[in-house]
Amino acid sequence: MMGGVNIISMEKNMKNTISTLAATALLASSAAVSAAEVEVLHWWTSGGEAASVNYLKEKLSGAGVGWTDFAVAGGGGENAMTVLKSRAISGNPPTAAQIKGPSIQEWGDLGFLADIDGVAQANDWDNLLPAVVSDVMKHNGKYVAAPVNVHRVNWMWSNPEVYAYAGATIPTTWDDFMVQAKKLQNAGFIALAHGGQPWQDATVFEAVVLGVGGADYYNKAFVDLDMDALDSATTLKVFETFGNLRQFVDANSPGRDWNVATSMVIEGKAGSQIMGDWAKGEFKVAGKSVGTDYVCTAAPGTSGAHTFNIDSFAFFAQSDAASTEAQNVMAAEILGTDFQTVFNLNKGSIPARLGVSRAEFDTCAHDSMDAFVSASASGSLVPSFAHGMAMSSAVGGAVTDSATNFFNSDQSAADGVAQLVASIKAAM
Amino acid sequence: MLNFLEKNLPKIVLAPTTIVMVICMYGFIVWTGLLSLTKSRMMPQWDFVGLDQYRRLFANPRWDVAVDNLFIFLILFIVIALVLGLLLAIFLDQKIRVEGAIRTIYLYPMAISFIVTGTAWKWILNPGLGIEKLMNDWGFVGFEFRWLVEQDMAIYTIVIAAVWQSSGFVMALFLAGLRGVDENLTKAAKIDGASTIQLYWHVILPLMRPVFFSAIVILTHIAIKSFDLVQALTGGGPGYASDLPANFMYTFTFNRAQIGLGASSAMIMLFGVLAILIPYLYSELREKKS
Repeated sequence: MMGGVNIISMEKNMKNTISTLAATALLASSAAVSAAEVEVLHWWTSGGEAASVNYLKEKLSGAGVGWTDFAVAGGGGENAMTVLKSRAISGNPPTAAQIKGPSIQEWGDLGFLADIDGVAQANDWDNLLPAVVSDVMKHNGKYVAAPVNVHRVNWMWSNPEVYAYAGATIPTTWDDFMVQAKKLQNAGFIALAHGGQPWQDATVFEAVVLGVGGADYYNKAFVDLDMDALDSATTLKVFETFGNLRQFVDANSPGRDWNVATSMVIEGKAGSQIMGDWAKGEFKVAGKSVGTDYVCTAAPGTSGAHTFNIDSFAFFAQSDAASTEAQNVMAAEILGTDFQTVFNLNKGSIPARLGVSRAEFDTCAHDSMDAFVSASASGSLVPSFAHGMAMSSAVGGAVTDSATNFFNSDQSAADGVAQLVASIKAAM
Repeated sequence: MLNFLEKNLPKIVLAPTTIVMVICMYGFIVWTGLLSLTKSRMMPQWDFVGLDQYRRLFANPRWDVAVDNLFIFLILFIVIALVLGLLLAIFLDQKIRVEGAIRTIYLYPMAISFIVTGTAWKWILNPGLGIEKLMNDWGFVGFEFRWLVEQDMAIYTIVIAAVWQSSGFVMALFLAGLRGVDENLTKAAKIDGASTIQLYWHVILPLMRPVFFSAIVILTHIAIKSFDLVQALTGGGPGYASDLPANFMYTFTFNRAQIGLGASSAMIMLFGVLAILIPYLYSELREKKS
């Protein structure tokens, strides 16, 4: 498109251009005025995720909207965010970008996001989305983003054969976990399959916080950042429990990727892994069936609670009407039952909206759906801080730093609490 | 016209480079310096808060770790790479056979990127995959070598990989220097009855001074900008135990939406480089003149 513009301006300047150049310019300019299209920035480039995105692309082309893929690879999306910032500052943002949680508010505050309230009202989003989800999608009361899924992070994936062989049972509390893990270890297994990367350390830490402290404490300390709650005996207990887990992780864990840790459970080398529901994809790819080859239970002490991690597309303000129209079509498609079903079957998560048939989902997903509804009623539905749903990236980073530093050193629980409190204060 | 060109051609040819240098180096240094005085978070914004970001930086335990690591890395890396490089060069200079082949072998690591070096050493040093497993499989059951996964030792694995990559290059520098030594000098020393060690210590090494100078400048450079090696070898881990300032800067600026804090750490890095290099450059260049 850029080439076309250049050639046209050249044509204006030099009246006697060669005819071939003019023809090229014509071709290029007609391509530039094509039908409405969306440009979507995302980092879903691996197998199942890429398939999910492709499905959205097909749905849109069925509705007459073209798709320009703007995929920037890199698991957590750091690279994608860097690219997005430079595009937004230069006044050329994509139609939509994969942004989630409090970051949506940060982008909204900077005035980059589009108001898609029209589509939302026409499709009754307020009634389709649970309040926890729709709150995240709104900026100043207007919808600016559309959710694609809800992940449950507080899962524990276990290999029942390993437990049976060691004469252990799958634990439901952290105290019991220590007992059962000892049995696994004595039988020669690795009790906790874990990848020692900061975000994975934070994922386990988060499960311990919820399991030991409960949802009220979780919200007060890690969502509202109440200093009294953070600097308390409960936090000390959390760090003691978290510290006890060090002995159940094998020496090779630092730097290990999460899916490698999952395969340790699949292969029967390790008993359990604490990881979000995206781990299910690994079991599926390995041809394992739920219930017999692997078991999904809530992380110890968190049954009934639900730590959510919602992926979403935020929409950027567009300068012309055609792009805005295409944007609206895309927003409506994302919340459609078709897309929500296919996408979430691929990704292991559950649909973000109500009214999607449960029939095609497996029992783990059913558990997650039930927990989502019941936890939302009982107030134990909490945002995952390890996955950027609860805090700004600065504070979230400080918590991750404290957790990972504690877990990888022999820091005492009291020092762990002190560092956590100090670094949260410094980052606020 | 021709006269004008003749006079000014060098200036005209050099001008674009100079302009790009001024904007892209010094312009951005000034820009980063200004940013470090603002409270910029996700995007640059111009609310000046004085030295607040620097106070926050020095209160951050992760920054302390990164700075300590830089000193450990800088000193060990430069000293070991210099000594190894020099020894290799001296041994190679003894008119041995197949010198060309050996020289290429030692120089080759320099041709690979730090990412590849880091990934390869990650596998070699991984206790369940590399040296430790190999030794255990060979029957040395008690053998343990797990620096990579120990919080206190991880930074030394970065030294190992960096030395492996760079000492061949240092060797090449010294070899070029040794070849430039006037044979009459060495012959004269030998006639005076100097032993080989005396010959090198009192005659040849003092002549190598300019080579030491270039090698140290280049190695300091490599050490301070080491980012990719850490990223590939340890990912900054375990925890953040092997972070270097460059990794800290990247994490906080781009992943953590704290551009102000990231900018202040970048400025401290710049001051660090200047504090080391300016006195050294000054003393070296001044002596040359006098």
